[in-house]
Amino acid sequence: MRQTRSKNIGITIYILLLLTPVYWLLNMSFKTSREILGGLTLWPQNFTFDNYVVIFTDPSWYNGYLNSMAYVSINVVITLLVALPAAYAFSRYKFLGDKHLFFWLLSNRMAPPAVFLLPFFQLYSSIGLFDTHIAVALAHCLFNVPLAVWILEGFMKGVPREYDEMAYIDGYSFPRFFIKVFLPMIRSGIGVTAFFAFMFSWVELLLARTLTAVDAQPIGAIMTRTIGASGIDWGVLAAAGVLTIIPGLLVIWFVRNHVAKGFALGRV
Amino acid sequence: MSLTLENLSRTVDGIDYVRDANLTFEAGSFNVLLGRTLAGKTSMMRLMAGLDKPTEGRVLHRGEDVTGQSVQRRNISMIYQQFINYPTLTVYENIASPLRLAKMAKSEIDRRVKETASMLQIEPLLKRYPLELSGGQQQRTAMARALVKDATLVLFDEPLVNLDYKLREELRAELRELFRERQCIAVYATTEANEALALGGTTTLLHEGRVVQTGPVMDVYRAPTNTLAAQLFSEPPMNMIRGRVTSTEVTFDEYSHHALTQELEKLTPGDYWFGIRPSHISLVPTNDDDLEMSMEVALSEISGSETFMHVENSHFEMVMQLMGVHQYHTGAPVKVYLPVNKLFVFDSSEQLVHTPSRVSGGAL
Repeated sequence: MRQTRSKNIGITIYILLLLTPVYWLLNMSFKTSREILGGLTLWPQNFTFDNYVVIFTDPSWYNGYLNSMAYVSINVVITLLVALPAAYAFSRYKFLGDKHLFFWLLSNRMAPPAVFLLPFFQLYSSIGLFDTHIAVALAHCLFNVPLAVWILEGFMKGVPREYDEMAYIDGYSFPRFFIKVFLPMIRSGIGVTAFFAFMFSWVELLLARTLTAVDAQPIGAIMTRTIGASGIDWGVLAAAGVLTIIPGLLVIWFVRNHVAKGFALGRV
Repeated sequence: MSLTLENLSRTVDGIDYVRDANLTFEAGSFNVLLGRTLAGKTSMMRLMAGLDKPTEGRVLHRGEDVTGQSVQRRNISMIYQQFINYPTLTVYENIASPLRLAKMAKSEIDRRVKETASMLQIEPLLKRYPLELSGGQQQRTAMARALVKDATLVLFDEPLVNLDYKLREELRAELRELFRERQCIAVYATTEANEALALGGTTTLLHEGRVVQTGPVMDVYRAPTNTLAAQLFSEPPMNMIRGRVTSTEVTFDEYSHHALTQELEKLTPGDYWFGIRPSHISLVPTNDDDLEMSMEVALSEISGSETFMHVENSHFEMVMQLMGVHQYHTGAPVKVYLPVNKLFVFDSSEQLVHTPSRVSGGAL
């Protein structure tokens, strides 16, 4: 009895410590700038939604979210479209150098994004892709596709080849089998993969900021450039931070079941 | 509507999976492929189904060459050792899937699914998902899916191995019944000689990718063409003892001397292999001229209500299958009796020269 209580106390302290920065962000987002700069208050004295109103009415703010969501979605779609057939090939066929290629794919992830900053910037500028959503999405694919292939291959290997054959025997053509039979069988793996692709693309800032200027500027970049004439608007920035966390929370909530099941099934 | 394999071979990385198979399967026949693990049973089925391409030879269906034809275009079914069903579809949809792909009318699909399901006694389960079912029910679903579409060729790749004993017997009996009326070619792979006997039909013995013998099951069982066939189609394998026949007596391994009696008298003098099934050796004499041998018990295993006793002497060893539970200590001396009328005789090149005479209705 005493043991459980001390355990509970420990967990409570731990969670409190973890949540402190999140709470402080939330706290700030409901305060006025004057109050934030005025002194220490543990909760908003003049509770206000003004900061959020600014973000939802000012295009230079909400466009940041729209841009981020656009390139993240494009990235997730491209990643899955490319990685699904590739992972299937790795899991089902033997071909020359398949093992080396598979490992090489993973080694792509070992380089920090900064390494590719210059080549991407120069390439995109010269072919007119600079400051577009697709530019950022493609750049993120360099990191997401290898990881996606790796995760999906693990899931696909868990499906015995007999399932493929059974479907052919029943009369399925390959494309139909792949879409109607195979993909539903590994849907938790697809969920996990989409989650990882989303995570990377959503939080990655360096490439996203460098490869964009105005039209496709992500929210992360806007948040680091919010010095107005009257100095930094702390309250609006905090509200932007809260709103940036929300999509991540939604995605986690959405794939939670799949991720939990997926982690046990796949090799991740 | 027959299916013919012509000089069919499949070699992968220098290993023969199937070597020079020449077989014909008739419509409405039930064919058992019997062989140990890696004998080429599955490889042969995959060639018949078109899942693998042969290195050499042809597969003919109604006289038409179908060797290169895709699986989708052949009207076949296959049932695997693992229980393979679409996990995301209900049992109903599982059974209906080949019909839906054949673009059959809805009412017709419904009628056939229900009919097949009731035949396999899974009608109450139609709304469930395969993974919610027991192993036997899952395999029944797989069988229903295979039978619903009137395939011309139905392949069973050791379908009952993963089921428990009781269920296996039950399904096996049903299976035989289901195929009695059908006009398709059924091919069933198994490693168990007893299963081949229980299923009946035509038996083909396979060993290391080659066809050893083929024919109606009883013919193969009663007259194995050589020692290999005899040993494959016997569980445990038939005992083989080398013997020399002179004009008056037979000597086993230059050790155990016996007078020639009954049909053995017809054997011309020379070297032979003598085969006897483990179940035919007994611890008490049944006839006056039984061959009596003094042996020592090497091992005695009790399996259910039977005892497998391994006996040996300084020259050869034998396995006996005894009814009932017998307990003998290792090294205990025993006298065993081999009935002369149960002996198979093979010549020195291991080809059959004499089969036990059969009294009509007598057990073999």
